[in-house]
Amino acid sequence: MSSTPTPGSAERRDAGSRHEPESLTDALGHTAPGADPGLTEELQQELARQQPEALAPAPAGDDRWREAAREIFAGRPAVAVGAVVLAVLVGSIMIAFTDEGVQEASSYFFARPGDTFAALGQAIGGAYSALFQGAVYNFRADGFARGIRPLTETLNYATPLIAAGLGVAVAFRSGLFNIGGQGQMLMSAAAAGWVGFGVSGLPLWLHLPLALVAGLAAGAIWAGIAGVLNARTGAHVVIVTIMLNYVALYLLSYLLATPGLLQAPGSANPKTPPMLETAILPRLLGGSYNLHLGFLLALLAVLGSWWLLNRSSTGFALRTVGENPRAARVAGIDVPRATVTAMLLSGALIGLAGATQVLGSVTTGFSSDIDAGIGFDAITVALLGGSSPVGVLWAGLLFGAFKAGGSAMQAGEGIPIEIVLVVQSLIVLFIAAPPLVRAIFRLPQPGARKKVSA
Amino acid sequence: MRLELKGITKRFGALVANDHIDLVVEPGEIHCLLGENGAGKSTLMNVLYGLYTADEGEILLDGAVQRFTGPGDAMAAGIGMVHQHFMLVPVFTVAENVMLGHEHTRSGGRLDLEAARTQVREISARFGFHVDPDAVVEDLPVGVQQRVEIIKALARDADVLVFDEPTAVLTPQETDELMAIMRQLRDEGAAIVFITHKLREVREVADRITVIRHGKVVGEASPAASDTELASLMVGRAVELTVAKDEPVLRDNALEVEHLQVTGPDGQVLVDDVSFTVRGGEVLVVAGVQGNGQTELTEALVGLQENVTGSIRLDGRELVGRSVRQVLDAGVGFVPEDRNTDGLVGEFTIAENLMLDRADGAPFVRGGSLQLATRDAFAREKVAEFDVRTQGIDTKVGRLSGGNQQKVVLARELSRELRLFVAAQPTRGVDVGSIEFIHKRVVETRDAGVPVVVVSTELDEAVALADRIMVMYRGRVVGIVPSTTPRDVLGLMMAGIAPENTEGDAA
Repeated sequence: MSSTPTPGSAERRDAGSRHEPESLTDALGHTAPGADPGLTEELQQELARQQPEALAPAPAGDDRWREAAREIFAGRPAVAVGAVVLAVLVGSIMIAFTDEGVQEASSYFFARPGDTFAALGQAIGGAYSALFQGAVYNFRADGFARGIRPLTETLNYATPLIAAGLGVAVAFRSGLFNIGGQGQMLMSAAAAGWVGFGVSGLPLWLHLPLALVAGLAAGAIWAGIAGVLNARTGAHVVIVTIMLNYVALYLLSYLLATPGLLQAPGSANPKTPPMLETAILPRLLGGSYNLHLGFLLALLAVLGSWWLLNRSSTGFALRTVGENPRAARVAGIDVPRATVTAMLLSGALIGLAGATQVLGSVTTGFSSDIDAGIGFDAITVALLGGSSPVGVLWAGLLFGAFKAGGSAMQAGEGIPIEIVLVVQSLIVLFIAAPPLVRAIFRLPQPGARKKVSA
Repeated sequence: MRLELKGITKRFGALVANDHIDLVVEPGEIHCLLGENGAGKSTLMNVLYGLYTADEGEILLDGAVQRFTGPGDAMAAGIGMVHQHFMLVPVFTVAENVMLGHEHTRSGGRLDLEAARTQVREISARFGFHVDPDAVVEDLPVGVQQRVEIIKALARDADVLVFDEPTAVLTPQETDELMAIMRQLRDEGAAIVFITHKLREVREVADRITVIRHGKVVGEASPAASDTELASLMVGRAVELTVAKDEPVLRDNALEVEHLQVTGPDGQVLVDDVSFTVRGGEVLVVAGVQGNGQTELTEALVGLQENVTGSIRLDGRELVGRSVRQVLDAGVGFVPEDRNTDGLVGEFTIAENLMLDRADGAPFVRGGSLQLATRDAFAREKVAEFDVRTQGIDTKVGRLSGGNQQKVVLARELSRELRLFVAAQPTRGVDVGSIEFIHKRVVETRDAGVPVVVVSTELDEAVALADRIMVMYRGRVVGIVPSTTPRDVLGLMMAGIAPENTEGDAA
């Protein structure tokens, strides 16, 4: 704990000379004397005096969790890539265990071990090749136009993941854990959908933007409720957003089951009518591909979020609040206001995900499962992307590929689609344990900086 | 039980917190350990309680050498400690708290709460504590909570009782009651160590007094000694720390604080009817033992405190009730007491930290967009001007040394157009070279005609920097005196004893 710095370093000399007249006053003079809480503080200060280089802002008490969460979220790209590789490796093992061919061959493993290995290779290779062909390029299709189709599906699946992932990332950079993606998506889908099928007689250039704006606004308001409650009353964002998920789910169920509200006329199913042609996001590559304008909107959102977080004064304030709310307050930043702003922005981005779902992907009318788990996948995407907009883009594309390729894997190789979900979950697990990933791949410790002398 | 500490030495690296301290506490005696904050009293008691292991020296109880590896050993040996911050579980009852850690159990691991209740009642009756064993601790007043701590120690048959700054959280009445309890415990034969820096209390209950300064025993005193004698022992002779500065040139602009009162979230009055004026061109140092309202006073000046009454006028403009942003815009520069939690964002770069409180407009923001080129040019200039030792402006502030971090805060606050400069403990945890630099900049700010308020708990710094010194005690102003005031007088004032003929509110 008290490893001493290299003797003779400049800091040490300074500290040493200071110690002669009044060292104790320095080391101990600022703590509440005697008490155990003071004790740790005291010791920290003493250590800090001896190793000025080690004087990183010391997390104490509640800040420790904040610190841990920050480390998990703002993980380095290397850790993210490592986590993906590890998850794929563990996934391979699971494929091997569940594959019938492998099981069969292993029953006579000692007689002909080669068979087992061949079966292993076939199972794992087949699985990931099916995943690739389902997500990027299908070599067995005739012609490029059909072969590239899986890639467009991937982009399509990635669209809401990227948008919602950005929403979660923006909230997190502001120190807020928005797990209300589901509720915000449902509300935005309801609003965008209602405008999409309920408002008629408008031209495309007016109707579509109107529906999109309605979706964004609904998501923003739903997240904003949590923001305002947190800013005004100190209610915990995590708890409020979780509860708002339920409120949104059952509110939407009610709206869908009530004729005259969202339910399709003349139907008994809890489902909306299809969207009007004028509210549907145009297909980007013509009718034979599902890829729609929403993907470009998600890319724009990436750009916008990047500018917001890294280049705007609002983003600067949000990041300051996220990193150190006390310093933000002392610097004259209105912390409650920043909280509300962050939640509004976060909700709007998640609202984009909800709106593109109903206006682009599922235009034939939707029910209360329209969020398709994206609200929660978005947390994973934000985690994997290290809460940076560019990272979220890549993570969203990867998860889009998993979604698109997963079904192909099941259809082509008979591998249960659950394997893909397991791999996804393992990614999160590994990201949540950065030291493990670092140890396996021998990545440098971020804490190592503390030992480096200038 | 007779407690003897022999040659206790505790080092933290190059720092000697306790330097061959000898101390004997006889049974039936209240032994006062007197010393300034940071003199090493707490370290010594933590060694005694097994929280630290001494590098040299030994602890003897009735002549037998003890080896404590943790508080459990110390408790088992009969040492009890009443901490300044209570070690109680607020939602538990008194009885539950008392048995915590050595629970009585009946067969099947069931708690024997009744035994604990009886024990609390017995001890309570013996000392006239009036503590209900079934009361929930968080509902009890602070003074009673402290009695629960004492009961806890007594319930474990402690023969040596250590009271670590026990009066810090008590009202005067509660303090008197505690004194009576201590006397009673002494009469029952307990050996009592009473740690404090308050002279009045010492003279009231102590049988013997040991004064500690800079980790060494500097002398013993009899309870009959005068406050002046005790204070000069405690504070010691002047340590050389000079700041070159001319006579102040007073200007007309001024900070005028009148009847300022700050109430904490728990309703405690933290700053009590404080009034003072600082003219442009002078430095007022707010001195006092830490925790006597200085922090809250500076926070109130900047608008960080919620419940503030009275008035703070800067050049005639009222600042009470304004937001932090408005106060900063009124030209107030603020160096917070704890730069790591309040002054800097460790994960941000030097450049980002240099614009932390200016992220709302020109020159660093135009049209909602950060002006990175302007920011970086500014940062490079300030890093050079304030001699921040770093590899570049993109270095994260959390990786700088304390002195360099403080220079970043100072550079940020001093580069605005200032009408008032408030610095709380600006040299805390800062190396000697940086201290000189910081003092120089404070004096330059003064000479530029800005009113300067510096909070310092170190008397040396207070005397060196100040044109006038305002001493605070328990949220009130003891007096405002010239910086030429003798140290023993200042020491007395820090203990709450006002000298004759001081300006200001000599409460």
